[in-house]
Amino acid sequence: MTEVFEPVIIGFTCNWCSYRAADLAGIGRMKYPPNIRLIRLMCSGRLDPTFVLKALASGADGVMISGCHPGECHYLEQNYKAMRRYHLLKRMLTQMGVEPGRVKLVWASAAEGARLASEITKMVEEVRALGPLNWPTAGAAAALPEKPAALEVPA
Amino acid sequence: MQRLTIDPITRLEGHGKIEIFLDEQGEVANTYFQIPELRGFERFVVGRPIEEMAIITNRICGVCPEAHHMAAAKAADAVYKVDPPRTAKMLRELLYSAFYVTDHATHFYALGGPDFVMGPDAPVAERNILGVIHKVGLEIGGKVIQARKAGHTVVEIIGGRKVHPCTSIPGGLSKGITEEQRKEIESMGRWAVEFGQFSLKLFEDIVLKNKAYLDLVVGDIYTHRTHYIGMIDAQNKVNFYDGRVSVVDPEGKRLGTYAPAEYTDWIAEHVEPWTYLKFPYLKKVGWKGFVDGKDSGVYCATPLSRLNAADGMATPLAQAEYERFYQTLGGKPVHQRLATHWARLIELLYAAERWVELATDPEIASDNFRTIPTEKPTEGVGIVEAPRGTLTHHYCTDERGIVTKANLIVGTTNNYAPISMSIRKAAQSFIHKGSVVTEGILNRVEMAFRAYDPCFGCATHSLPGKMPLQVTIRNHRGEEVEVLRQFC
Amino acid sequence: MTANGKPKFAMYWAAACGGCEIAVLNIHEKILDVDANFEVVFWPVAMDAKYKDVEAMPDQSITLCLLNGAIRNSENQHIAELLRRKAKILVAFGSCACEGGFPALSNLTTVEETLDTAFFSVSTDNPQKVLPQVSFAAAEGELVIPHMYSVVKSLDQVVPVDYYMPGCPPESEQIAAVVELVIKALKGEATLPPAGAVIGAGTSTVCDECKRARNEKKIKGFTRIQDFRPDPALCLLEQGILCNGPATRNGCTARCPTAGVPCIGCYGPTDGARDFGARLMSAVASVIDSNDPQEIERILDGIPDVVGSFYHTNLAGSLLKASKPTWEEEQHAAPHN
Repeated sequence: MTEVFEPVIIGFTCNWCSYRAADLAGIGRMKYPPNIRLIRLMCSGRLDPTFVLKALASGADGVMISGCHPGECHYLEQNYKAMRRYHLLKRMLTQMGVEPGRVKLVWASAAEGARLASEITKMVEEVRALGPLNWPTAGAAAALPEKPAALEVPA
Repeated sequence: MQRLTIDPITRLEGHGKIEIFLDEQGEVANTYFQIPELRGFERFVVGRPIEEMAIITNRICGVCPEAHHMAAAKAADAVYKVDPPRTAKMLRELLYSAFYVTDHATHFYALGGPDFVMGPDAPVAERNILGVIHKVGLEIGGKVIQARKAGHTVVEIIGGRKVHPCTSIPGGLSKGITEEQRKEIESMGRWAVEFGQFSLKLFEDIVLKNKAYLDLVVGDIYTHRTHYIGMIDAQNKVNFYDGRVSVVDPEGKRLGTYAPAEYTDWIAEHVEPWTYLKFPYLKKVGWKGFVDGKDSGVYCATPLSRLNAADGMATPLAQAEYERFYQTLGGKPVHQRLATHWARLIELLYAAERWVELATDPEIASDNFRTIPTEKPTEGVGIVEAPRGTLTHHYCTDERGIVTKANLIVGTTNNYAPISMSIRKAAQSFIHKGSVVTEGILNRVEMAFRAYDPCFGCATHSLPGKMPLQVTIRNHRGEEVEVLRQFC
Repeated sequence: MTANGKPKFAMYWAAACGGCEIAVLNIHEKILDVDANFEVVFWPVAMDAKYKDVEAMPDQSITLCLLNGAIRNSENQHIAELLRRKAKILVAFGSCACEGGFPALSNLTTVEETLDTAFFSVSTDNPQKVLPQVSFAAAEGELVIPHMYSVVKSLDQVVPVDYYMPGCPPESEQIAAVVELVIKALKGEATLPPAGAVIGAGTSTVCDECKRARNEKKIKGFTRIQDFRPDPALCLLEQGILCNGPATRNGCTARCPTAGVPCIGCYGPTDGARDFGARLMSAVASVIDSNDPQEIERILDGIPDVVGSFYHTNLAGSLLKASKPTWEEEQHAAPHN
């Protein structure tokens, strides 16, 4: 049986909305694939494009950026900065040969646990279809650890 | 077959090596002058905005970035079909003239001059800028430093920086000069004219009045009868910044002139697999190999070529020197490569006179230093004379002005074939069966090469002053038989 | 130490243009201090020592070595490694050695495309499609030239580096100051900064040295320098011209914006910035005056070459370093030394 490629996705989430959405998904036992590793920022406006590039250069196959909906940012306007940076970053990545589907911006409010879980699931499949990025600067440390034999039993 | 390797060549900009093969009789069978590097500007500028060409191509050469800057700027003007205002063109040419004085001065005094001032057989330890100073006086070193300083000051005032000027943009310049700056530039220019006259007088006293040197200059070993090209203005006088390129054959007959956009009708490039650099030649004559003559497409592009390809100099003092030059050497064209050093000083004087002319023009400090382009960008060619040869920049862009194609024929590249031929002729003349390969031989191969000022005209402050050559003699098993070195 | 007790000095150029050499010589009279305090043992542009002489030197015998130029081919790497062994203090001198410089823009293309462009160009007569060979059997014997790398590297990507001196080229007054510091340090009158430091430059950004007036930036569109005549007293970025100043280390006195053209970032990133272009993108994107994705895209259309405009001289030092096709060509290349 051939090994299925398991993408590694880094998910930058904001403390006030999207991270809480992920929490809600957890509390509600909504399943989403473990391929995503969440990193909490206080605000999506904290997202320095360096983080995305570092993730890709270190072995991630994709990056999701998630924050409050436009108009609802806890710090008022900073998610717009995330939006503008994301648009510019996408152009840069395309020029570097990184497929656009590998970096995605998703808005999710604290109440949208189910929607965030479904966006994550969707993105994992999209990146799985793209295949491993294998950026040559990555080290072995970035590899996905072995999957344990037993799975979590759904509630 | 025995092989002598000279690696690396030093005291030029860039990297190079020479391989000399000896046949069973101990005569030179062939020589190969290889260029081992390629950075790939023509490819990596594709995708970049056209207005950045003037600052990116600067970095092809940090010794003559001014040349690339101007060629790229003119090409960008052509891409937009925009004609910069008179003040902009004058400011660019003014910067360029000051740069020429600096560049030619440092080559003559620190690189080429010592061979003459001290003589080709002078002790190696004296054949350098220090030897020159000892022989003709301490003043000289000070004057050369001042010439460099003056030139770079003008480059910084007009071009924004001393190395890699940045102010040329499509349609003109990003800034002009003030009256105060103009005065400073004018005063340095007048000093430069005196410096030019001083340099020519030095050449006359040291070289022309010395029979042995004169014989060397007019002798056959360093002589090649090739075609010559150089830019001329509307009166057929030498111009470094703008004009048409004149092409003359080895007998001095003008075959024609071409505008920048027509260069591909005249120039083509030949490829060899043992080097990263190509060999330009005259398309209408054809590539016949590394040979002299009317039927060979090999051409030269140096100060000597420019004087041969023009009808005179555009300024009075330089014109008088031009006439004396040809009178002394027996008419046009002059084929002796060592005479290039003299031609270089005549150009230095012209550049200084032009510097003053431009600095005293009433419009030089005006506010009208750029025109905004209105046409859509497409394609353009810019040509200037770099100190080392005719420099061609050719760009195609898309409708946003992003470069889609670039083709550059750089100064010294024009001379790649003639330099190779000069090296071979010198090696064949001096290396024979039974002769020990000595440092004298190495120096004479050096001299063949150095007259072209290969892409490097910097004030070296190189005190040891000689080209470091190491000759490794191997037998046919590749074992080292003898190693000869020439350097301190 | 040499017989006369003077510490040894070396300067070498890899894939370089010579501008760094000229910048060193533009310290004018100060060059005599270099001459008085050091013995120049290797400097191919200026004097006569050969590679063989460097190989014969004892390890660590060269006190100070300035190495400029990017690592583009096997010869560049070989000499960089040689000089690392022979030098005590190795300085990555100039933008090319620090972050790849302009030659690192080759990291958006491949060697194959580069050779195709050069050898099958519009003016090249090459019907046999001849390309340069690393080893060629001429009638008389073998001729060799170095192997070109697909991915252009900065110096610290091939050898450990003691100090970084950025700039394209480093400004002469900065070089003079560093020369003075090193001479004093050798005499015990000053201490050198900790290894790994950036020297000959400031700790802030170019904006700090730029005399143009700065206000709150709200960019409704990006314009190219040829499209209008900017106000000489006002910040260029504010006027829609993409200036790299906000992310660039200072030390150059902001010569380019002073002369009317945007900064190109040649002094590289500031302390703590891992990727120059990423920081610049962060700064520039923040001040785009729009919250509507479509309008943002339209505004960004004014920057047709994002990578080039954000990484003029800093691509090899960036996180991704080179484009996917460039990496693929490097990975498929035959191993070479």
